[in-house]
Amino acid sequence: MNTTFSAIGENRTVDANEFTPEIEPQPTWCPGCGDFAVLNALKKAVSEVGRSPEEVLLVTGVGCSSKISSYFECYGFHSLHGRSLPIARAAKLANPDLLVIAAGGDGDGYGIGGNHFMHTARENHDIVYIVFNNEVFGLTKGQASPTSLKGHKSKEQPLGSAKDPIRPLSMGLAAGASYIARTAAVNPSQAKDILVEAIQHEGFAHIDFLTQCPTWNKDAKQYVPYVDVQKSEEYDFDPSNRVQAAQMMYETETSLSEGKILTGRYFIDDRPSYQQEKIARGSMPKDPLAYRYTDEKYSWERSFDYVENRHT
Amino acid sequence: MDSELIWRIAGGSGDGIVSTSDNFGKAIMRSGLNVFTHRHYPSRIRGGHTYAEIRAGPTELKSRGDGYNFLLALGDSFGRNQKIDSAYYGNERIKPLTENLYDLHNGGVIVYDTGIIDIEDVPDFSEQVAENNWHVYPIDLRSIAKEEGRDIMRNTAGIGATAALLEMELAPIEALMKAAMKGPIFEQNLTILRNTYSMVADTFEFTHDIRFPSGEHNETQALVSGSHAIAYAALDEGCRFIAGYPMTPWTAAFTIMCGILPDVGGISEQVEDEIAAAALAIGASHAGVKAMSGSAGGGFSLMSEPLGLAEMVEQPIVLLEAQRAGPATGMPTKTEQADLEHVLYTSQGDSTRIVLAPGDPEEAYEQTRMAFQIAYGYNIPVILLYDQKLGAELRNIPLSFFDRDPDPSMPGTIPESDLIDAPHHPSGKYHRYNYDAKDGVSLRSIPGQKHGRFHASGNEHTQEGHISEDPINRVLQMDRRRSKIAAIRTYLDAQNVSNNTPYGPLSSPYGILTWGSNKGTVEEAVDRLNSSGTPLVKALSVSDLCPFPTQEVTSFVESVSKILVVEMNATGQFQGLVKQQLGAYGDKLYGLLKYDGNPFEPAEIVAGFEEKIMGEN
Repeated sequence: MNTTFSAIGENRTVDANEFTPEIEPQPTWCPGCGDFAVLNALKKAVSEVGRSPEEVLLVTGVGCSSKISSYFECYGFHSLHGRSLPIARAAKLANPDLLVIAAGGDGDGYGIGGNHFMHTARENHDIVYIVFNNEVFGLTKGQASPTSLKGHKSKEQPLGSAKDPIRPLSMGLAAGASYIARTAAVNPSQAKDILVEAIQHEGFAHIDFLTQCPTWNKDAKQYVPYVDVQKSEEYDFDPSNRVQAAQMMYETETSLSEGKILTGRYFIDDRPSYQQEKIARGSMPKDPLAYRYTDEKYSWERSFDYVENRHT
Repeated sequence: MDSELIWRIAGGSGDGIVSTSDNFGKAIMRSGLNVFTHRHYPSRIRGGHTYAEIRAGPTELKSRGDGYNFLLALGDSFGRNQKIDSAYYGNERIKPLTENLYDLHNGGVIVYDTGIIDIEDVPDFSEQVAENNWHVYPIDLRSIAKEEGRDIMRNTAGIGATAALLEMELAPIEALMKAAMKGPIFEQNLTILRNTYSMVADTFEFTHDIRFPSGEHNETQALVSGSHAIAYAALDEGCRFIAGYPMTPWTAAFTIMCGILPDVGGISEQVEDEIAAAALAIGASHAGVKAMSGSAGGGFSLMSEPLGLAEMVEQPIVLLEAQRAGPATGMPTKTEQADLEHVLYTSQGDSTRIVLAPGDPEEAYEQTRMAFQIAYGYNIPVILLYDQKLGAELRNIPLSFFDRDPDPSMPGTIPESDLIDAPHHPSGKYHRYNYDAKDGVSLRSIPGQKHGRFHASGNEHTQEGHISEDPINRVLQMDRRRSKIAAIRTYLDAQNVSNNTPYGPLSSPYGILTWGSNKGTVEEAVDRLNSSGTPLVKALSVSDLCPFPTQEVTSFVESVSKILVVEMNATGQFQGLVKQQLGAYGDKLYGLLKYDGNPFEPAEIVAGFEEKIMGEN
C-alpha cells in the first residue's frame, strides 16, 4: 500500500451508503427523474467492486446529470460542459490506480463533447463513461439534444426538429470503445450489473444510460417496457463479434425511435487499453507517475545532461 | 565596419537550409565565437524562399544584427528536375538573389550556385554588384555535389566554399559532420567539403575583406533556442506530462518535450484539439503530476475555456503561448506580439492568472522555472508568452548556466499526513477552498489521499467545493482567489533579480520600454544611441505582464522625459497596458510598431528613436 495515497488499495468492505454525501444527500433533480437510478446503481456497483470513496475520481461535465458529482461522495470534479473526458483520461494516465469515472448528459457527451468522446473511445482509456441519455436538454429547458427524436418540439424548435437523432452506440463502436452497453433507469438491477462489468473492464467502457426526463421530454415516457437483448429469446448475437454487434446496435437505435426499448451489452472487446499500449512501448511509466512526487528516494533527471550532449 | 560575420544561407524549403545552418552555427561557436541565428521560412514543406542567418563575432551578440555581409545563395531546387520550369512559381529559383538582396552590406560577399541559378535571369545584377562593391564568386556547387554524392549535398559544398572564402578552419565543421552522419553519407559529404574548400582556395583570387573573426570562449558554450530553454526548464521543474496539438511555432517546444519525456518516465500526449490539450494538463495536475500544455494564439483561443476552469478550481498548470502573426491563420511562420491582450483577458469572468514574457533564452529558462514554481506553489494557471522569434533563434549560453538542481516540489499540495488535522466540513470533506488560507493559497489534496476528498467545480463553490450561489461565500471566494495575484507580486518583488531588465545609463534623459523578445535588439540599439559617450537613452524590458510591475515601470517612466514603446503589433497593446496600469504618463509614450512578420533590426529602433523621440513632433 502506498503510504502517501493510503486510500488506494485499502482492503476493506465498502458499504453503498458511504457514497451518500452528508452535505447534499438529496439530489435536486425533479421528482421522477431517471438520474436517481444512475446514482443508486453507481453506489451499489462501486461498493460491490470494493472501491472506497477516496480512491474514486468522478469527473462530470455540465447539465442536470453532471451534478451527480455533488451527490456521490468521492473525489468529485464538476468540470465544463463537454469536457469531462480529457480531464478524466489524463487523471487516469497520471494515476492508473484510481477508479476514474466520467459522466454527463447526451448533449454534453454526444454534442459539445463529441470530439472528445470519439477520441477517448479510439484511444481506449481505461475509464468508465456514463452518458445520461434523456434525449433532451434539461437544465436549459427542453431544447432538442443530439439524441432527440425527429419532430421534437420546443421553443427553439417550434415546428419540430428536422434532424434524425444520432446513433450513440454505433458511434462508440466506430470510434473504438471496447465495452458498449445500454441500460435504463427503469432497470436498476441490470444497470448495476452493467456498471460493475464496466468498472472491471480494462478499456473504455461506454454506457448509454436511458434516463427519462418527466419535465421536458414527455414523448420519451418512462422507457418501458424494456427488453434485455441478452435475456430475450428474440435476439441472438455475439457481443464479441463486431459485425453482429453493429447490426444489433443499429436495430436498437432504430427501435428506440419507434418506442421499443432494447437494452443490454452490445460490444465487449479485449483489445489492450491505452495505458497498456503505452506502457508496452515505453511511453508511460509502469509505476503511477503521481507517486513519484512524494517518493523521497527518486533521483530526478536534470536537463544539464541533455544540454551537454546535444548543444555543445 | 565588418568585424563580425552575418552569414545568410538562402534556398528553398526542403533544401536542408536549417540543418546546415544549425551545424555551421555550432561549428562557429566551437571556434570560439558568439553566435546568434535568425530563421525566415514559408508555411510550406517543399520549395519557397527560405533563409537562415548566423551572426558571429567575438563580443556578446544580442540580436540578428542589421542586414548581412555574406550570402550563400543555393537557389531553390524545389523542382529537382531542373528542366521542368513549371515546378517553380514565378522567380523562386533566383529568389536568393532578388529578395532582400539590398540588405547585403556594401563590400559584402555573394556565393551562388551556378548549377541552379542562371545569373542572366537576375535583373540588373551586375549593376547592383558594381554599385555596392559586392564580391561575387559563382561556383557550380550542384555539380561538385553530384560528382561525389547527391544533389542535396550542395549545401555541404556551399559550407566548403564559405569556409575557404573566410579562411576558416575545417576541423570544427568536420567534427560535427562526423557526429551527425555515418557511413558513405559521411564520406561523401567530407569529400565534397574538402574538394570545394581547396577548389575555391586554388581557383579564386579573393577580393573581399571579410574574414572569419577570431575569438575565444573561456568556458564551454551551448547553442540553444528559446524553445529549448523552456523545455529544459520544465524538465528541471519535474514536469513529466505534456499534452498538445501541433501548431507553429509552439510545436518546437512540444517536440523537444515529446522526445525526452519517454527517457525520464514521463508522458506526452498529442490529442484531438487544444481544448482537450489544456483539459488533459488539468486532469494530470489534478491527479498529482506536474503538467503543462501550450499552443500558438489560434490554439490558445480554444484553451480559453479550460484556462477559466483552471482559475476557478485553482488547478496549477503552465501553458505556453508562442505568438505568430494573426489574426486567424495569419502568417504561420512569421513572428508577432499581438496576442498580449488575448492572453491577459481571454475567458469569461474576472481572470486570475499569471503571465510572464521572457526576453531571451536565459530568461526563458529562469521564467519557465518560475512559472512552475508559481503555478504549483500558488495553485494558479501561469502562461508563458513568447513568440516565433524567441522560440527559434539560437544563441550560445555558457553550459554552466544549465548546471542546476531539479525541483519537482509542489508547495501548493498538502501531504496526506497533514490532512487529518486540516479543516474539514463536518461531513468529512476537506476544505480545499479555505477562506482563511494564507496569501489566498488553500492547499490542495490529491485523489487517493485519505481524508482529502473534496469537490472541484467550475461553478462557484463553498470551502469543500460544493456548488453555491450564496453572496457572502461568493465574495469571500472571489476575493481569496484574486488575493493570490497581490501575493505573487510581493513574491516577485522579493526575488534577488527582477524579471524586468533595466539597461543603459541611469542618468539618460530618454527611455525605451519594450517587452518579450525585443529585449536584446533594444539593448543593442541603446548601445548605439549612447555610443558618443553622453548618456542619451536607457531601456526597461518588461517580462511580468500580470501581475504588472507597476512600481518598477512607474519609476522608470518618471525618470525620463520621453519614452519609445517598442513592440511587434499594429495596435500598441503593451503601450495600452502601461497606460492602463499606470493611469498616467500617457503623453510621454511614443509607439514604435512593426507587424510585417519580421522582427526588428537594431537600426530600425535607432531610426525610430531618432524620428519619434529626437525629431520634432
